[in-house]
Amino acid sequence: MPANVTRGGSPVNCKGFVMEYFLQQLINGLTLGMIYGLIAIGYTMVYGIIGMINFAHGEIFMIGAFVSLITFLLLGALGITWIPLAVLVVLIATMLFTSVYGWTLERVAYRPLRDSPRLAALITAIGMSIFLQNYVQLLQGARIKPLPPVISGGFRFMKESDFVVTLSYLQVFIILLTITLMLVFTYVINRTSFGRAQRACQQDLGMAALIGINVDRTISLTFVTGASLASVAGLMFLMNYGVIDFYIGFLAGIKAFTAAVLGGIGSLPGAMLGGLLIGLIEAFWSAYFTVEYKDVAAFAILVLVLIFRPTGLLGKPDIEKV
Amino acid sequence: MLEVSGLHAFYGHIEALRGVDVTVNEGEIVTLIGANGAGKSTLLMSICGNPRAAAGRILFEGGEITQLPTHQIVRLGIAQSPEGRRIFPFMSVLENLQMGAAVTDPGHFDDDLRRVFELYPVLEKRRHQRGGTLSGGEQQMLAIGRALMSRPRLLLLDEPSLGLAPLLVKQIFAVIREINEQQNVTVFLVEQNAFHALQLAHRGYVMANGKIVMSGSGETLLADKEIRAAYLEGGH
Ligand SMILES: Nc1ncnc2c1ncn2[C@@H]1O[C@H](COP(=O)(O)OP(=O)(O)O)[C@@H](O)[C@H]1O
Ligand SMILES: [Mg+2]
Repeated sequence: MPANVTRGGSPVNCKGFVMEYFLQQLINGLTLGMIYGLIAIGYTMVYGIIGMINFAHGEIFMIGAFVSLITFLLLGALGITWIPLAVLVVLIATMLFTSVYGWTLERVAYRPLRDSPRLAALITAIGMSIFLQNYVQLLQGARIKPLPPVISGGFRFMKESDFVVTLSYLQVFIILLTITLMLVFTYVINRTSFGRAQRACQQDLGMAALIGINVDRTISLTFVTGASLASVAGLMFLMNYGVIDFYIGFLAGIKAFTAAVLGGIGSLPGAMLGGLLIGLIEAFWSAYFTVEYKDVAAFAILVLVLIFRPTGLLGKPDIEKV
Repeated sequence: MLEVSGLHAFYGHIEALRGVDVTVNEGEIVTLIGANGAGKSTLLMSICGNPRAAAGRILFEGGEITQLPTHQIVRLGIAQSPEGRRIFPFMSVLENLQMGAAVTDPGHFDDDLRRVFELYPVLEKRRHQRGGTLSGGEQQMLAIGRALMSRPRLLLLDEPSLGLAPLLVKQIFAVIREINEQQNVTVFLVEQNAFHALQLAHRGYVMANGKIVMSGSGETLLADKEIRAAYLEGGH
């Protein structure tokens, strides 16, 4: 992943503008964190409902980025260049197609193993992760794929100083889209029958079946939801960095997983919070220390949290079974 | 209404049910008593498809349900208040009751909710409290209330009196009778509290080691010497 040089951020070479520099990293970190948070929700939901770490979820994110890229290129070829329309079409396309991947993954690889030992499911998940990487590599080639900037320009603050803080339109787009998705998602989880079924399954799968909930369908929908949120993260990643390859799911996946654990695995607000923290840590670490160790920083903090607060920041302690 | 015949069920290699025959007629309260580990809970769960019957048949209102998925069995009108109550701990009392109504026509919800609150006024007082923070007795009431919210025709109750103070036990049993008589719900009641259960029930079965070893009317079983020795005077 390119270091902290995103299309939105300003270059990093300006000692002496403490406040401005800090603000810029805050903006960059929050944007990045929202992308991680969107991916982390998929990890946390799947873990919450069937107790497995879906290691292939990073690849679902990567596929979301590829579907976005392909759709952008198709639209370009068709001459659809009005940006709001193009972005909307890409958003819908990637959510739809990537959901199908998420659904199929569960249906084909995980469901047959639902009653098998944890280790079998874990190994399968790692296998699916490798498979999906190779699948995309074969279909799309191993070379880095670029996308010209779709949304450019931005708001500039503190123009009187020499270090101008920039909030790019792309960052505004990422932030607003994430907030919108979170509002919709929160509504779905708290107010709809799918959301209630989802929460019931999280708390007691067997009991959920006993009150007539179709557990298989709820699990399928959980994968679909997680995949569609991850696909939006893929779209954001593509637009933010401008290049993707078949390998981007690995590091982003690990960081999002770290975010989910940091926030408390199984907790939905925790996933978002964890994502934001990881994004901020990454941005500030590369800004104030060294770019090389920015990935290590996030994991180091994860280790610390797990030592002092094993359930994560917002995690619930294990339910005592009466 | 419910006909179980030759039912076998396993947990891995452990055979928990070894050919069980049980019949519950419409309108009855039928109880199943037996020592710990006899297979009573397994029978109730097996009726709902988990663990799945390895052999034998289960008929509900004349239709075969032996191989149906759990959620479909439940949607036919069988509700269970399972062993351990299994309240959704992070949902409020109200949400737990809503979950019970998950598969019914939402038009009934208000009426059904009012009926449950009439049976158990304490649930109304606690309706915004999280399920996991209720006392044992309240959780039991909630488990029964949640089961009733699905408008069942057959109610399966697994040891509703377990761990409750004597006064509460009486109350729980009184409500079971009320549900049966006034709401026309057939009840299949698993109990270790054999004395109360046999007094309440029209008929009873006794289970040991995964088999039915005796059956008869409540009074007959209550009067039976062996039963008195094994389940009544033994201190349950
Ligand atoms: N989930 C399970 N896994 C393995 N064995 C079980 C499980 N549940 C119950 N058993 C075993 O099945 C037998 C019957 O148990 P159960 O139906 O719970 O009896 P009861 O309800 O009459 O006390 C017991 O030997 C018990 O140890
Ligand atoms: Mg039992």
